[in-house]
Amino acid sequence: MSSQRIDLRGLARVPLQALLIGASAGGVEALLSLLEDLPLDYRLPVVCLLHQPDRSDSLLADLLQRRLKLPAKEAEDKEYLSGGVVYVAPAGYHLSIETDRSFSLSREEPRHFSRPSIDILFESAADAYGEQLAAALLTGANEDGAAGLLAIKQAGGLTLVQDPADAQVPTMPNAALALLKPDFLLPINAMRLLLAELDTLPC
Amino acid sequence: MPDEIELRLLIEAIYLRYSYDFRDYSKASLKRRVRQAQTQLDCPTISALQERILHEPQAFMKLLQYLTIPVSEMFRDPEYFLALREQVVPLLQTYPSLKIWVAGCSTGEEVYSLAILLHEEGLLERTMIYATDINPHSLEKAEQGIFALDNLRTYTQNYQLSGGKRAFSDYYSAAYDRVLFDKSLRANVTFADHSLATDSVFAETHLVSCRNVLIYFNRDLQDRALGLFHESLCHRGFLGLGSKESLDFSAYARQFEAVSRAERIFRKR
Repeated sequence: MSSQRIDLRGLARVPLQALLIGASAGGVEALLSLLEDLPLDYRLPVVCLLHQPDRSDSLLADLLQRRLKLPAKEAEDKEYLSGGVVYVAPAGYHLSIETDRSFSLSREEPRHFSRPSIDILFESAADAYGEQLAAALLTGANEDGAAGLLAIKQAGGLTLVQDPADAQVPTMPNAALALLKPDFLLPINAMRLLLAELDTLPC
Repeated sequence: MPDEIELRLLIEAIYLRYSYDFRDYSKASLKRRVRQAQTQLDCPTISALQERILHEPQAFMKLLQYLTIPVSEMFRDPEYFLALREQVVPLLQTYPSLKIWVAGCSTGEEVYSLAILLHEEGLLERTMIYATDINPHSLEKAEQGIFALDNLRTYTQNYQLSGGKRAFSDYYSAAYDRVLFDKSLRANVTFADHSLATDSVFAETHLVSCRNVLIYFNRDLQDRALGLFHESLCHRGFLGLGSKESLDFSAYARQFEAVSRAERIFRKR
């Protein structure tokens, strides 16, 4: 593991209040290496949406709970987001964030054949957090998340995309790059260093 | 944000003009559905949509189809119905007559599922089911008991997983691309227009099943709806919710105990 620091100078912005991560095929490994070193006093709530089969019970929250330092749990309807908690979107429902910064679930039609859909999470979070939001789109085999990431960028949020060359399946990062120029285009190893710095971004 | 203001004004306009109260619905999902309707009804802005629905009741009926979410399937979450069969039915069998409220019944899939279950457990003949929804089109469809053939394979699978005791095909006849469910299943069902946001309790019930409805409400409206269920339920009555719904964040958390936490079946304390 390299000990380089990501240079955040020149990225003066308001402090972040939440971090979202969307991924699909190949996403479990990527998520684990991104999050496993985040310290217990990490200030931001971290919301992970990984495409899963509609009726699978979410084993992902359990896996993350075992492997991360931060506590991990499935996001629940009407639950307020708390800093230092890793939330996982439940299978079979869309996950949104309301302007009072609580979660809500819904059973609208799948988007990009996906429910939960990353676009829906990202677009609702862009409304709720505006420029106080950072979102990362990782490896995946469909185009979900690209439009949502664009909405976050347009609302002034910080956007991160996994380098397609580094992604197990590059379709999802490529779809995002076709729509927008992210603030950071990074392999997972570099992105994990950046995430560790995000909660201390200068004002 | 201008669109947040437009959305609030639209919801207020709907309430004032048509008495449908979406003011305490969760906004993120509502906004997406309004956006969809706006595109389909060819309105450039939410404000334009507001003007249109204020003056054209038919346009409002179209919008209403987007605002309510008619996605349901028969025996959805089969484990829920299995838990009802195994853990609730034995207690329901002790009553001489039963009243059940399916709140937010949409197009009726859950009503027919429950009726089949009750029939197989020998309870249907002494049960009155109240199936309520705010969408008149959905209620009409529910009353007809006609469903698309496409989904039948899933329904059959669900039925079997839910502890179904017969062949699912015993309950319907198929014609072309549709199936018609046996009329006897709805002999004791009353379909009625009822809003959890504005109406009050209409009967004492032994079981309320309200699944994937509360997720569309904010906390205040969830509490209102749960208050109605609590008031309607008889002493030790049962409440069934959707697979990701809970009482944990509600004012009624302590008024119910879990019968099956996993299947979200609760009982009035």
